[in-house]
Amino acid sequence: MQNKNIRHLIMLPYALWIILFVIAPILLVVYYSFFDIHGNFSLTNYKNFFTATYLQMIVNSFWYAFLITVISLLVAYPTAYILTRTKHKQLWLLLIIVPSWINLLLKAYAFIGIFGTHGAANQFLEWIGIGSRQLLFTDFSFVFVAVYIFIPFMILPIFNALDKLNPSLLYAASDLGASKWTTFRRVIFPLTLDGVKSGCQVVFIPALSLFMLTRLIAGNRVITLGTAIEQQFLVTQNWGMGATIAVFLIISMVGFMALTSIRRRGV
Amino acid sequence: MKALNRSFLWILLISIILLIVINRMNAAQGFSGDNTLTVYNWGDYIDQDVIKQFEAETGITVIYETFDSNEAMMTKIEQGGTTYDIAVPSEYTVEKMAEEDLLYEIDHDKIPNLQYIDRRFLNLPFDEGNRYSIPYFWGTVGIIFNPDLLPEGMEITGWHDLWNPRLENQILLVDGAREIMGMGLNTLGYSLNDTDPEHLYEALDYLEELTPNIRAIVGDENKMLMANNEAAIAVGWSGDAADIMGENEAMDYVVPEEGSNLWFDNFVIPKTAENIEGAHEFINFMLDPEVAAQNTEYVSYATPNKEALNYMPEEMVNDERFYPDAALTDKLEVYENLGKENLAFYNELFLQFKMYRK
Repeated sequence: MQNKNIRHLIMLPYALWIILFVIAPILLVVYYSFFDIHGNFSLTNYKNFFTATYLQMIVNSFWYAFLITVISLLVAYPTAYILTRTKHKQLWLLLIIVPSWINLLLKAYAFIGIFGTHGAANQFLEWIGIGSRQLLFTDFSFVFVAVYIFIPFMILPIFNALDKLNPSLLYAASDLGASKWTTFRRVIFPLTLDGVKSGCQVVFIPALSLFMLTRLIAGNRVITLGTAIEQQFLVTQNWGMGATIAVFLIISMVGFMALTSIRRRGV
Repeated sequence: MKALNRSFLWILLISIILLIVINRMNAAQGFSGDNTLTVYNWGDYIDQDVIKQFEAETGITVIYETFDSNEAMMTKIEQGGTTYDIAVPSEYTVEKMAEEDLLYEIDHDKIPNLQYIDRRFLNLPFDEGNRYSIPYFWGTVGIIFNPDLLPEGMEITGWHDLWNPRLENQILLVDGAREIMGMGLNTLGYSLNDTDPEHLYEALDYLEELTPNIRAIVGDENKMLMANNEAAIAVGWSGDAADIMGENEAMDYVVPEEGSNLWFDNFVIPKTAENIEGAHEFINFMLDPEVAAQNTEYVSYATPNKEALNYMPEEMVNDERFYPDAALTDKLEVYENLGKENLAFYNELFLQFKMYRK
């Protein structure tokens, strides 16, 4: 009995945290989504949400989040693989993670300077003879900066999965006559799939609701659901509509989590 | 179930403790009482020396806090827990705040210096009889341009010039629904307070034709981007223009001939005020012609204080770009509070405009 009480006491801060900062806000978001701009209970927001503008926006958001995730994965997997083969792998890993300690806004402003008409990137293009072109406020710069920001989060779980891989499995594969490619395809990749999945989750979900970068780097030429939420809450002050978009985002994130959920196979 | 009940009790208890602590803290910091005055203003929007003069003259200690949008300021006052004695909202926000009963009436007898304010800027539709607000600065929305980057022989006189195909990819717009929809409406000859959906859709179609010329839709970054020669043209507020021109003499600003927005930032006394007497003293002090002149030289927006102009450098006062004459200001319109529904409609259309791709 005594023991049980203590356990409850220890659980308390955690339970409080979950109730106050996870469950209550989600309930509030769902609650607000049922009120129109005049504070009347209605389904108008959901009706408005399924119109051409927002459907287009959903497609845009998913497309860019998909691009960002795939490119991050393509860059991160080989990087993580090479990292596990280096001598001072912890040091290299640290060097890759350090930039993520810098404030996002600061990095975005730095990129405005780098990608500007007279910025470093264009000077380089000029120097190698390609000639300067518009980089800032294009799809390219948006995806590039987003990938740059998210890449540490993709590398970390993949690195961990690769690092935990038992080398004797690789020896076994080569003893049994598997080529390097077959070893990768049939042994390494399936065993690190969990790392890839959690990396994709950590990148795809925030990428779906990016909003500062859409203005600073893409100059509002890319509009995602995150931008719309920001505008509904801060400018229009139509909290109901903002909450409705947020509900949709929450549902799609849960869906994405379920799709990529890590199922433990019997070991 | 029992555990759930207990956790609710805990939450209640913690909330009560927090409430008591906040009350204590406010009292301890002297946030109430006669000897302080809390001023809530836009960032970098007053000459700090003027505040020091006021403190020396009256013995009142000024606590100065800043905000960066009307909406944020209004939300903070609405939610209470603050003791702002003075705030400086723009005209449409004055109207909204008055409607929601967030403002004290201003006693004109306590502000004799009101006589120095230009009659043009008093008794405007957003606050008839200036019951709740006294104008602080005013300005316009217009076109900031860099003549060196414009195509050969091109001149900018109005909104219609922006649609010139030679300006491909050269225009920065400010990220504001009222400003940009207003630009579309004005160019078509409608009022920027128009709420007729047909006119608004027409404006949207017309704005979408501008898309190839738009480089980006940004906020305060436009100052930095113009300084870096990132674009030839930016649509923005006269105050931003003054800043940009202060950095680079070559830049120029024009108030479009088709008409545009005339805006005012105003002193108000929010219901959160605790030193109402001091708030009146502060407003009266700020309207003193010499003080207003000094403050205007620092802030570089346009002052509504007619008498103050006599104390200011001539080239500043005679600059038609920032002190347009009555013939032009008569053509300009002040934003009316269109109500939540119309504002939401403006924003919805603006969102559609932003989503439109070349």
